Amino acid sequence: MGHVPLSWYLILSAVLFGCGIAGFVYRKSVITVFMSIELMLNAVNLSFVAFSYQLHRVDGHIYSFFVMVVAAAEAAVGLAIILTIFKNRGTLQIDEVDSMKL
Amino acid sequence: MDTILFIICAITAVGCAFNLVLQKHPISSALSLIGVMASLAVLYLLLGAEFIAMAQMIVYGGAVMVLFIFVIMLLNAGTEKTSGKSWFAQIAGFPLLSAFVALLAFLIRVVLPPLRPVEFGSWVGGTAEAIGMLLFTKYLLPFEVTSVLILIAIVGAVVLAQKEID
Repeated sequence: MGHVPLSWYLILSAVLFGCGIAGFVYRKSVITVFMSIELMLNAVNLSFVAFSYQLHRVDGHIYSFFVMVVAAAEAAVGLAIILTIFKNRGTLQIDEVDSMKL
Repeated sequence: MDTILFIICAITAVGCAFNLVLQKHPISSALSLIGVMASLAVLYLLLGAEFIAMAQMIVYGGAVMVLFIFVIMLLNAGTEKTSGKSWFAQIAGFPLLSAFVALLAFLIRVVLPPLRPVEFGSWVGGTAEAIGMLLFTKYLLPFEVTSVLILIAIVGAVVLAQKEID
Protein backbone atom coordinates (compact mmCIF):
# COMPACT_ATOMS: atom_id res chain seq x y z
CA MET A 1 0.00 0.00 0.00
CA GLY A 2 2.61 2.48 1.09
CA HIS A 3 5.17 1.67 -1.59
CA VAL A 4 5.51 3.49 -4.87
CA PRO A 5 8.13 2.11 -7.28
CA LEU A 6 10.82 4.67 -8.03
CA SER A 7 10.46 3.97 -11.75
CA TRP A 8 7.03 5.62 -11.67
CA TYR A 9 8.70 8.88 -10.69
CA LEU A 10 11.19 8.53 -13.54
CA ILE A 11 8.42 7.74 -16.04
CA LEU A 12 6.46 10.77 -14.80
CA SER A 13 9.59 12.83 -15.36
CA ALA A 14 9.87 11.46 -18.93
CA VAL A 15 6.21 12.28 -19.65
CA LEU A 16 6.61 15.85 -18.36
CA PHE A 17 9.77 16.24 -20.46
CA GLY A 18 7.83 15.05 -23.52
CA CYS A 19 5.12 17.65 -22.83
CA GLY A 20 7.85 20.29 -22.60
CA ILE A 21 9.27 19.24 -25.98
CA ALA A 22 5.78 19.31 -27.52
CA GLY A 23 5.14 22.82 -26.21
CA PHE A 24 8.56 24.01 -27.32
CA VAL A 25 8.04 22.80 -30.89
CA TYR A 26 4.30 23.32 -31.29
CA ARG A 27 3.54 26.72 -29.76
CA LYS A 28 4.00 30.04 -31.54
CA SER A 29 4.04 32.52 -28.66
CA VAL A 30 7.53 33.33 -27.35
CA ILE A 31 6.37 33.36 -23.73
CA THR A 32 4.77 29.91 -23.96
CA VAL A 33 7.89 28.47 -25.62
CA PHE A 34 9.86 29.87 -22.69
CA MET A 35 7.45 28.28 -20.20
CA SER A 36 7.90 24.93 -21.97
CA ILE A 37 11.64 25.21 -21.34
CA GLU A 38 10.90 25.75 -17.64
CA LEU A 39 8.68 22.63 -17.72
CA MET A 40 11.55 20.57 -19.18
CA LEU A 41 13.92 21.85 -16.46
CA ASN A 42 11.35 20.85 -13.82
CA ALA A 43 11.08 17.35 -15.28
CA VAL A 44 14.86 16.92 -15.13
CA ASN A 45 14.85 18.17 -11.52
CA LEU A 46 12.35 15.46 -10.61
CA SER A 47 14.61 12.75 -11.99
CA PHE A 48 17.62 14.25 -10.13
CA VAL A 49 15.72 14.04 -6.85
CA ALA A 50 14.48 10.52 -7.66
CA PHE A 51 18.00 9.24 -8.33
CA SER A 52 19.15 10.97 -5.17
CA TYR A 53 16.58 8.89 -3.28
CA GLN A 54 17.84 5.73 -4.97
CA LEU A 55 21.46 6.37 -3.97
CA HIS A 56 20.53 7.82 -0.53
CA ARG A 57 22.85 10.75 -1.14
CA VAL A 58 22.13 14.47 -1.08
CA ASP A 59 24.26 15.38 -4.12
CA GLY A 60 21.28 15.13 -6.48
CA HIS A 61 19.43 17.72 -4.40
CA ILE A 62 22.36 20.10 -4.79
CA TYR A 63 22.34 19.65 -8.57
CA SER A 64 18.64 20.31 -8.70
CA PHE A 65 19.17 23.40 -6.53
CA PHE A 66 21.75 24.68 -9.04
CA VAL A 67 19.33 23.96 -11.89
CA MET A 68 16.75 26.10 -10.09
CA VAL A 69 19.22 28.96 -9.65
CA VAL A 70 20.26 28.84 -13.30
CA ALA A 71 16.60 28.68 -14.37
CA ALA A 72 15.81 31.78 -12.33
CA ALA A 73 18.73 33.69 -13.88
CA GLU A 74 17.71 32.44 -17.32
CA ALA A 75 14.13 33.60 -16.77
CA ALA A 76 15.30 37.10 -15.83
CA VAL A 77 17.52 37.46 -18.91
CA GLY A 78 15.07 35.72 -21.27
CA LEU A 79 12.13 37.87 -20.24
CA ALA A 80 14.29 40.99 -20.71
CA ILE A 81 15.06 39.75 -24.25
CA ILE A 82 11.33 39.17 -24.87
CA LEU A 83 10.62 42.74 -23.69
CA THR A 84 13.26 44.07 -26.11
CA ILE A 85 11.86 42.03 -29.01
CA PHE A 86 8.39 43.32 -28.29
CA LYS A 87 9.61 46.92 -28.13
CA ASN A 88 11.35 46.60 -31.48
CA ARG A 89 8.93 44.38 -33.41
CA GLY A 90 5.60 44.81 -31.68
CA THR A 91 4.87 41.08 -31.88
CA LEU A 92 5.23 37.97 -29.73
CA GLN A 93 4.75 35.40 -32.51
CA ILE A 94 7.96 33.51 -33.22
CA ASP A 95 7.31 33.04 -36.93
CA GLU A 96 6.96 36.79 -37.44
CA VAL A 97 10.49 37.40 -36.13
CA ASP A 98 12.23 36.10 -39.24
CA SER A 99 14.74 38.74 -40.30
CA MET A 100 17.50 36.09 -40.51
CA LYS A 101 15.44 33.92 -42.85
CA LEU A 102 16.65 33.79 -46.44
CA MET B 1 -1.63 6.46 1.31
CA ASP B 2 1.64 7.16 -0.49
CA THR B 3 0.31 5.58 -3.66
CA ILE B 4 -2.89 7.62 -3.57
CA LEU B 5 -0.97 10.86 -3.01
CA PHE B 6 1.49 10.00 -5.78
CA ILE B 7 -1.30 9.20 -8.24
CA ILE B 8 -3.21 12.40 -7.43
CA CYS B 9 -0.09 14.56 -7.84
CA ALA B 10 1.08 12.75 -10.97
CA ILE B 11 -2.31 13.14 -12.66
CA THR B 12 -2.42 16.83 -11.68
CA ALA B 13 1.09 17.39 -13.04
CA VAL B 14 0.48 15.61 -16.35
CA GLY B 15 -2.94 17.22 -16.81
CA CYS B 16 -1.54 20.69 -16.16
CA ALA B 17 1.36 20.00 -18.54
CA PHE B 18 -1.04 18.97 -21.32
CA ASN B 19 -3.12 22.06 -20.56
CA LEU B 20 0.02 24.21 -20.88
CA VAL B 21 0.62 22.85 -24.38
CA LEU B 22 -3.01 22.99 -25.53
CA GLN B 23 -4.19 26.37 -24.21
CA LYS B 24 -4.11 29.30 -26.61
CA HIS B 25 -3.75 32.13 -24.11
CA PRO B 26 -0.37 32.61 -22.36
CA ILE B 27 -1.96 33.39 -19.00
CA SER B 28 -3.74 30.00 -18.98
CA SER B 29 -0.43 28.32 -19.78
CA ALA B 30 1.26 30.19 -16.92
CA LEU B 31 -1.41 29.11 -14.42
CA SER B 32 -1.08 25.49 -15.59
CA LEU B 33 2.68 25.72 -15.09
CA ILE B 34 2.07 26.83 -11.49
CA GLY B 35 -0.08 23.69 -11.06
CA VAL B 36 2.74 21.50 -12.38
CA MET B 37 5.23 23.13 -10.00
CA ALA B 38 3.00 22.78 -6.94
CA SER B 39 2.35 19.09 -7.57
CA LEU B 40 6.07 18.51 -8.20
CA ALA B 41 6.78 20.12 -4.80
CA VAL B 42 4.51 17.51 -3.14
CA LEU B 43 6.37 14.75 -5.00
CA TYR B 44 9.70 16.13 -3.74
CA LEU B 45 8.34 15.96 -0.20
CA LEU B 46 7.37 12.31 -0.78
CA LEU B 47 10.95 11.66 -1.94
CA GLY B 48 12.34 13.15 1.28
CA ALA B 49 13.62 16.38 -0.23
CA GLU B 50 12.20 18.98 2.14
CA PHE B 51 14.55 21.79 1.19
CA ILE B 52 14.08 21.31 -2.55
CA ALA B 53 10.30 21.21 -2.13
CA MET B 54 10.32 24.54 -0.29
CA ALA B 55 12.77 26.06 -2.77
CA GLN B 56 10.56 24.83 -5.61
CA MET B 57 7.52 26.59 -4.15
CA ILE B 58 9.38 29.81 -3.28
CA VAL B 59 11.74 30.18 -6.24
CA TYR B 60 9.72 28.61 -9.06
CA GLY B 61 6.12 28.95 -7.94
CA GLY B 62 6.77 32.35 -6.42
CA ALA B 63 9.53 34.34 -8.06
CA VAL B 64 9.85 32.93 -11.57
CA MET B 65 6.12 32.61 -12.25
CA VAL B 66 5.41 36.09 -10.90
CA LEU B 67 8.03 37.34 -13.36
CA PHE B 68 6.31 35.46 -16.21
CA ILE B 69 2.84 36.72 -15.34
CA PHE B 70 4.21 40.24 -14.89
CA VAL B 71 5.66 40.17 -18.41
CA ILE B 72 2.45 38.69 -19.88
CA MET B 73 0.41 41.47 -18.26
CA LEU B 74 2.94 44.15 -19.21
CA LEU B 75 3.01 43.18 -22.89
CA ASN B 76 -0.75 42.57 -22.94
CA ALA B 77 -0.11 39.25 -24.68
CA GLY B 78 -3.31 38.04 -26.26
CA THR B 79 -4.39 34.76 -27.79
CA GLU B 80 -1.78 33.50 -30.19
CA LYS B 81 -2.64 33.40 -33.86
CA THR B 82 -2.71 30.00 -35.49
CA SER B 83 -0.56 30.03 -38.56
CA GLY B 84 -0.18 27.24 -41.07
CA LYS B 85 1.63 24.28 -39.61
CA SER B 86 3.39 21.84 -41.89
CA TRP B 87 1.53 18.63 -42.78
CA PHE B 88 4.49 16.57 -41.60
CA ALA B 89 4.32 18.08 -38.10
CA GLN B 90 0.56 17.54 -37.94
CA ILE B 91 0.75 13.89 -38.99
CA ALA B 92 3.98 12.68 -37.43
CA GLY B 93 4.40 14.96 -34.41
CA PHE B 94 2.29 13.19 -31.80
CA PRO B 95 3.27 9.60 -32.81
CA LEU B 96 6.98 10.49 -32.78
CA LEU B 97 6.68 12.14 -29.37
CA SER B 98 4.76 9.18 -27.92
CA ALA B 99 7.36 6.83 -29.36
CA PHE B 100 10.09 8.87 -27.66
CA VAL B 101 8.35 8.81 -24.27
CA ALA B 102 7.54 5.10 -24.64
CA LEU B 103 11.18 4.37 -25.45
CA LEU B 104 12.30 6.29 -22.35
CA ALA B 105 9.78 4.43 -20.18
CA PHE B 106 10.93 1.09 -21.64
CA LEU B 107 14.57 1.91 -20.92
CA ILE B 108 13.70 2.97 -17.35
CA ARG B 109 11.89 -0.31 -16.73
CA VAL B 110 14.44 -2.60 -18.41
CA VAL B 111 17.93 -1.14 -18.29
CA LEU B 112 18.14 0.34 -14.81
CA PRO B 113 19.17 -1.87 -11.88
CA PRO B 114 16.46 -2.70 -9.32
CA LEU B 115 15.21 0.54 -7.79
CA ARG B 116 14.13 1.09 -4.21
CA PRO B 117 10.42 1.43 -3.49
CA VAL B 118 9.62 4.92 -2.25
CA GLU B 119 8.15 5.14 1.21
CA PHE B 120 7.43 8.50 2.80
CA GLY B 121 9.70 9.10 5.79
CA SER B 122 12.02 6.12 5.22
CA TRP B 123 14.83 8.45 4.16
CA VAL B 124 14.87 12.14 5.06
CA GLY B 125 18.21 13.28 3.72
CA GLY B 126 17.29 16.54 2.09
CA THR B 127 17.04 18.69 5.19
CA ALA B 128 18.32 22.23 5.06
CA GLU B 129 21.12 21.19 7.44
CA ALA B 130 22.44 18.39 5.20
CA ILE B 131 22.19 20.49 2.05
CA GLY B 132 23.92 23.42 3.72
CA MET B 133 26.76 21.21 4.93
CA LEU B 134 27.37 19.84 1.45
CA LEU B 135 26.85 23.18 -0.29
CA PHE B 136 29.45 25.00 1.80
CA THR B 137 32.08 22.25 1.82
CA LYS B 138 32.12 20.00 -1.24
CA TYR B 139 30.26 22.33 -3.60
CA LEU B 140 31.70 25.63 -2.40
CA LEU B 141 33.29 26.57 -5.74
CA PRO B 142 30.11 25.95 -7.83
CA PHE B 143 28.18 27.95 -5.23
CA GLU B 144 30.48 30.96 -5.61
CA VAL B 145 30.44 30.66 -9.41
CA THR B 146 26.63 30.67 -9.21
CA SER B 147 26.70 33.98 -7.37
CA VAL B 148 28.80 35.47 -10.18
CA LEU B 149 26.32 34.04 -12.70
CA ILE B 150 23.41 35.70 -10.93
CA LEU B 151 25.30 39.01 -10.84
CA ILE B 152 25.86 38.78 -14.61
CA ALA B 153 22.18 37.92 -15.13
CA ILE B 154 21.06 40.97 -13.11
CA VAL B 155 23.33 43.33 -15.04
CA GLY B 156 22.33 41.74 -18.36
CA ALA B 157 18.62 42.01 -17.62
CA VAL B 158 18.91 45.67 -16.63
CA VAL B 159 20.98 46.54 -19.72
CA LEU B 160 18.68 44.61 -22.09
CA ALA B 161 15.46 45.99 -20.69
CA GLN B 162 16.44 49.66 -20.92
CA LYS B 163 18.34 49.57 -24.19
CA GLU B 164 16.79 51.49 -27.10
CA ILE B 165 17.49 49.68 -30.38
CA ASP B 166 16.21 51.34 -33.53
